[in-house]
Amino acid sequence: MVEAALGSQFDCLVIGAGVVGNAIARELSRFRLRVGVVEKELDVGMGTSARNSGVLHSGIHYTPGTLRAELNVEGNSMMEELCRQLKVKIDYIGKLTVAGHEEEIPTLYRLKEQGEANGVPGLEILKPEGMEKLQPGVNGLMALYSPSTGIICPYTFTIALAENAHQNGVSFFLGQEVTGIQKTESGFLVSTRQEKRFSTKVLINSAGLYSDRIARLAGINDYKIYPCRGEYLVLDKRLGHHLSTLVYPAPHKGKAGLGIHLTKTVDGNILVGPSNEYIDSPENWATTGHIMEKLREEGEGLLPSLTTSDIIRSFAGVRPKQNPPEIGGFKDFVIEAREDVRGFINLVGIESPGLTCSPAIATMVRDMVADLLPMEKREDFQPERSGRAKYFHELPAEERADLIGQDKDWGEVICRCEHITKKELIEAIQNPLGVRSISGLKFRARVMMGRCQGGFCLPRIVEILEKEFGYRPEDFFSYKEGSNFFTGYVRQPG
Amino acid sequence: MKIKKAKRDVVVVGGGPAGLAAAVSAKKEGAPQVLLIERGRVLGGILNQCIHDGFGLHRFKQALSGPEYAQRFIDDLESLSIDVMLNTMVLSLDGERRLLVSSKDGLMEIEAGAVVLAMGCRERTAGALMLPGSRPTGVYTAGVAQTLINLQNIMVGQEAVILGSGDIGLIMARRLTLEGAKVKGVYEILPYASGLPRNIKQCLEDYQIPLHLATTVVELHGSSRLTGVTVSRVDEARRPVPGTEEFIPCDTLLLSVGLIPENELSREAGVQIDPTTGGAVVDDTLMTTVPGIFSCGNVLQVHDVVDDVSEEAESAGAHAARYAMGRMSPADTYVQLRAGKGIRYLLPQKVSGQMDFVLSARVTEPMENKALVLRDQNGKGILRKKKIRLHPAVMVRVKVDRDRLKGANRIEMGVE
Ligand SMILES: Cc1cc2nc3c(=O)[nH]c(=O)nc-3n(C[C@H](O)[C@H](O)[C@H](O)COP(=O)(O)OP(=O)(O)OC[C@H]3O[C@@H](n4cnc5c(N)ncnc54)[C@H](O)[C@@H]3O)c2cc1C
Repeated sequence: MVEAALGSQFDCLVIGAGVVGNAIARELSRFRLRVGVVEKELDVGMGTSARNSGVLHSGIHYTPGTLRAELNVEGNSMMEELCRQLKVKIDYIGKLTVAGHEEEIPTLYRLKEQGEANGVPGLEILKPEGMEKLQPGVNGLMALYSPSTGIICPYTFTIALAENAHQNGVSFFLGQEVTGIQKTESGFLVSTRQEKRFSTKVLINSAGLYSDRIARLAGINDYKIYPCRGEYLVLDKRLGHHLSTLVYPAPHKGKAGLGIHLTKTVDGNILVGPSNEYIDSPENWATTGHIMEKLREEGEGLLPSLTTSDIIRSFAGVRPKQNPPEIGGFKDFVIEAREDVRGFINLVGIESPGLTCSPAIATMVRDMVADLLPMEKREDFQPERSGRAKYFHELPAEERADLIGQDKDWGEVICRCEHITKKELIEAIQNPLGVRSISGLKFRARVMMGRCQGGFCLPRIVEILEKEFGYRPEDFFSYKEGSNFFTGYVRQPG
Repeated sequence: MKIKKAKRDVVVVGGGPAGLAAAVSAKKEGAPQVLLIERGRVLGGILNQCIHDGFGLHRFKQALSGPEYAQRFIDDLESLSIDVMLNTMVLSLDGERRLLVSSKDGLMEIEAGAVVLAMGCRERTAGALMLPGSRPTGVYTAGVAQTLINLQNIMVGQEAVILGSGDIGLIMARRLTLEGAKVKGVYEILPYASGLPRNIKQCLEDYQIPLHLATTVVELHGSSRLTGVTVSRVDEARRPVPGTEEFIPCDTLLLSVGLIPENELSREAGVQIDPTTGGAVVDDTLMTTVPGIFSCGNVLQVHDVVDDVSEEAESAGAHAARYAMGRMSPADTYVQLRAGKGIRYLLPQKVSGQMDFVLSARVTEPMENKALVLRDQNGKGILRKKKIRLHPAVMVRVKVDRDRLKGANRIEMGVE
């Protein structure tokens, strides 16, 4: 856990270390403010921010004038520079929204018009020849092409924001679940289940699926979150080359999500999903038999060369919907500085495209903070995160040879599926936020993420952690308490 | 640092039983410079974690442990002064037999006269089974559990269910029991076991571990560590039968549900893969569809016994040496081999007819008192082998004389 020498008195305290909370924290770290982030999980980005499609949406889908539309287009345009600074891979691969039937064609024109009203650049209606050039083999009568649609790795981005914020002095309190908020003369007194207390002048609620509960703790009873789950299948990289751009079906009436489709990830995998299903509890990230079966069928329909051994994993994310199932659809983001609870900045219902919007949400919240606190720019703000955007194996051979010359650990490939090196693992183990979970290593070094899902590298990772970092069998856990990997030694080592 | 360059006559990728035998055999065949590349820190591959006995019954007429079996080949390798690179990963291979390898000493580009692929296989994981649940910890493939327990002194759990009756799963059922864990049962979706009969007896029956056939795991419980599994009987189409579900509390699920040949490098080099075996399409010299690239062991087809692997690899190694020394003339026509009734696959997929060869095959289901029959394109019988018992878990290996192939251009093997 990372705790600043400043103690637990803050100017701004952010609840929730998802992509939104971290983007806000990083933005605030440009100023002479004491900023803290409180997160209930043992790592950042373990909620919705690690569990989505990783698409930087263009902004064609949202009603002009809504926060979602504005923040989406603005956020999208900020991403390229931000990802360069944070050393996060980004790829503007574009998207085709395809009309399969005559009656869907007007939808394309409507989306184009809407997108243009939102300020989405470069929109074009394409005929099959044009579509074929962008995505060989694509079916459909016509398509709307949005060149500003991109992909990033959502958890890498979320972690990078936190690390850069931390680099600039933000304190992260992981494993601290906020259970009490008390209004005081000068701000708030925040307490956690783990019995820590913080005082802060400004309190920012970016607790995602729990944002309604946090608001309630602050005495605001206006909101209710309806969790809506989206399940995915992750496919082997072998199939990645099949997608050169994103292809979505034109939206259907009455559907809350965008329809099941294939999404390429920056690391070359393909995601099938997400499904759309209201559930009872916000953090029920289970995948289910009937939905996975449906995803597999749809996936086979879209990618005929898909075999079952290409399915390497499933996962689910949960959308923090503001509308109950009987109403469905989208409701605009709530991003407000409360008049009634002065100093409380409230973010509720940040569902898709929250990842894309996050940098723009951060600047919007910064301006709200500026109305509450004096803000003085720091001269020493460091926008560049240290590290590399690319994995070692993505570097040119000469550069790799040089790195091995500098440190032999670059030469040991420990993960044979993803070609991750020992050096990358060690850097992840020594991550600046001090995260000790195995999932933390997965999300940082991409070990155990490949087709063998750790079959080959887990034993070696265990060995390195034991021998070089003093771990014992009971120290290995996935991402939360009780998620232990092992039950002990086979025999007590003598 | 510069990328180093090197040239070798035969490069063997993988230092498990197949790679060891191939390297030794290539050297004995006369290839001057043989190089074996292994990503692990020791030779022997999967044999290192197989501390039980039963290896080499056929070849050495002795029941050796895995490491003992490997040592015999490692000794040969050393006495023949074959070059070995350990801790070295082959990053890429192209159709011109150029390899890029990485180790602590840097990157190296190697040009090979011939390449023998012997990378083995990986285990099918939970992902491919699409098991519903919240992905708790405590779910391991049997081979990972075997590595952790046997080589790293780490106990994976206390109450286990084993899904799949593959050999590693059976062996791990016994291992876990011997280490004090409770194995609640082995569940197999098929109506018969997929591991060797001797392992059913020695690993399950001798320890009173129940084997449930036509039953599978349909759900995982727990969101942190596994707390139990739901099992269900399945019908002939392997679909769960509603109403037969049962909850089994456990903290560990071991998967022994199949092995997948690791052919990513082969694919990169342009080698054609047989969808049934998951391995390369090869001829009677065990050469793949890319000239000068050979394949053997579990990367070619999943074997039951290591003795067969060694035999196959020796053949691949010898032919690779001949290819590298320019002593192999490629056939201009091939006899195609096809799986007929009752046969799941045949290997090699094509033969030159210029040499005797060993045919490997697996049947589709257990059968008794049948004959394996080879027929040519006109239905003429070429070879007939009586078999009292045929079982998918037991690979059939048949020696075929080249004389028998005269006049054939297509051969089919079937069960009659
Ligand atoms: C299926 C799906 C697909 C999506 N696809 C896309 C996409 O392609 N593109 C896109 O732009 N957006 C997408 N989104 C939306 C995007 O993922 C979210 O908008 C974004 O991740 C929200 O970030 P957040 O920080 O608000 O929430 P979260 O990531 O959920 O962060 C909230 C954090 O608050 C913590 N927390 C909660 N309660 C407490 C407490 N009491 N004390 C301390 N900490 C607490 C949580 O543990 C969590 O870490 C998708 C969403 C889903 C569900």
